Amino acid sequence: MSDASVWPVFEDEETEPRPTGPVIQLRGARKTYKSGSIEFEALRGIDLSIADGEYVAVVGPSGSGKSTIMNVLGCLDTLTSGEYLLAGENVEELDEIELAAVRGRRIGFVFQQFHLLPSLSAWRNVELPLVYAGVHRDERRERAVEALTKVGLGDRIDNRPGELSGGQQQRVAVARALVGEPTMILADEPTGNLDSRSTEDVLALFDELHEAGRTIVLITHEHDVAARSRRIVQVRDGLIQSEEVLA
Amino acid sequence: MSWIETLRTSWFAIVSHKMRSALTVLGILIGIAAVILTVGLGLGTQKDVSSQISSLGSNLLIVSPGSSTSTSGVRGGFGTGTTLTQADATALASKVNAPDIKAVDAEKSASEELTAGSTNWTTTVVGVTPSYLKVRSRTLETGEFITKADENSEASVVVLGSETAQELFGSTRVVGQSVTIDSQTFEVIGVLASSGSNSTSNLDDTALIPLSTMASNLVGGSQANTVSTVYLQATSADALPAAYQEAKSLLLNRHGIAASGDADFTISSQDALVSTATAVYKTLTILLTGIAALSLLVGGIGVMNIMLVSVTERTREIGLRKALGAPPGAIRNQFLVEAAILGLTGGVIGAALGVIAALVLPGVIGSSIVLSGAAIGGSLVVAIGIGLVFGVYPATRAAKLAPIDALRTE
Repeated sequence: MSDASVWPVFEDEETEPRPTGPVIQLRGARKTYKSGSIEFEALRGIDLSIADGEYVAVVGPSGSGKSTIMNVLGCLDTLTSGEYLLAGENVEELDEIELAAVRGRRIGFVFQQFHLLPSLSAWRNVELPLVYAGVHRDERRERAVEALTKVGLGDRIDNRPGELSGGQQQRVAVARALVGEPTMILADEPTGNLDSRSTEDVLALFDELHEAGRTIVLITHEHDVAARSRRIVQVRDGLIQSEEVLA
Repeated sequence: MSWIETLRTSWFAIVSHKMRSALTVLGILIGIAAVILTVGLGLGTQKDVSSQISSLGSNLLIVSPGSSTSTSGVRGGFGTGTTLTQADATALASKVNAPDIKAVDAEKSASEELTAGSTNWTTTVVGVTPSYLKVRSRTLETGEFITKADENSEASVVVLGSETAQELFGSTRVVGQSVTIDSQTFEVIGVLASSGSNSTSNLDDTALIPLSTMASNLVGGSQANTVSTVYLQATSADALPAAYQEAKSLLLNRHGIAASGDADFTISSQDALVSTATAVYKTLTILLTGIAALSLLVGGIGVMNIMLVSVTERTREIGLRKALGAPPGAIRNQFLVEAAILGLTGGVIGAALGVIAALVLPGVIGSSIVLSGAAIGGSLVVAIGIGLVFGVYPATRAAKLAPIDALRTE
């Protein structure tokens, strides 16, 4: 279980050279879902390239295929055909165990429903990716507290999710996404369950992360949320309809 | 993910559902306690029975006379006949006739009233030979036993069983006191040590006098020379069959009987009794253990049930953990360890309860319970095993969940 190729050690992350090419490269990505005799083409040939440090929003109405893009980018689902290179690594060739390791090392997820474990305190939730990465416990706590401090919850580390507001819970989730120093942060409708003030909090956090050089991919159907990114990719009917680079 | 982390995660899941975990543990606990108790009870009963039977003496053959037939044609049961005599006993004691017989004790018993001062007590008075102690594996508590000289002189001496002594004299010194049996005065020369057996025929309530005294002074008449039982002690356990054959042919010969089917006596060995009784209790133990094992199986199904519920209930958690980098193996181990902890907890508490019950119950139900380390250790292993076996299916199901489906579950 401690095979180095499966379990990367996070301390090495900083000495590892940053990928020179794009962080994400989708080439001719197709995804077909089968349900009985009915086939549904969720992605019909998508080419998308995202460079290191970009802040990209993928927008589109429901049923447009943006959730499928999110699942594929997050290595939670595989393509029917086409290629997905994550930091130069062809994800389609990996088995389930390697995929789990890639998720842990490369991707920090932020979900619409927060997906925090209710029985664990904030810092215990944040340390979870480090647990699976095999980081030593003392270091885990240190890094979890550091990440929580970064999102402004340094005084709430021992609170359980139920004792936090929605905005605070989402910030815990962002801290969890950050803690493993992933290649990219993948946020799926991160503000979908938040009021406007908490939405602003979380988006301000993303702005900060972008300025610090993080790669962020935001999936949303809200245009004012998408407008906070630097590049908007519009998806419709499984195809990229338009791309717009913001100032 | 290290084992310590897995353990911690599983333990956390268990304590966050205290009631459910407790009930699951209860299922295993009852099964384990039941197995430990039934096995212990079975072994204890076997031990009791064989010690009761061997308290009669070791390497023993018991010769009883055949049935009697009265002049009116009414036949008594085995042992009522008067076919065994003191002469038979003497012949059996001969090293020439029966080399495999080490010692012989002929006995003749009658129920008599004993009087000491103003106290009286009715018990079985047995006429015995000096070899009684050796053949019947008894010892004296105080005083001395009937000697060859007492036998020859038809001395009026008596050795009392410990309970009889207690009934007649209470706590006063017994040796040297006088007891009246059938209006004859006997001197108490010794008291038997308690046999320690809780057998139904009380070996501690008896009065022993020389067989010769019994024959001439208490019974007399035509039955003076008959004996009610002859106990033979073989030279060793291996010599029992040979001793049996020697005794049988000698007695047939002496009684002038040609066909062994017409024998007017029976010879039984305590080994036969022990093995029969042991076999019976073994069967009983297996039966009871089987029932207890079934309850353990039901407990195991309870573990599986709760683990399946747990997997379904925590589908989202499983999805999340996978998204955060947990490989299938880590998820599987988490649920397996959880099931094993439930099993082990049930096993430990069940074993503890079983041991406590085994210490308390014998005082209540009066039969002993033998605790074997193997049974306790074995049941702990079985308890973890049950957790693991019945946890494999739910754990595998959890490990196989696709992360997106799992995350999508509401």
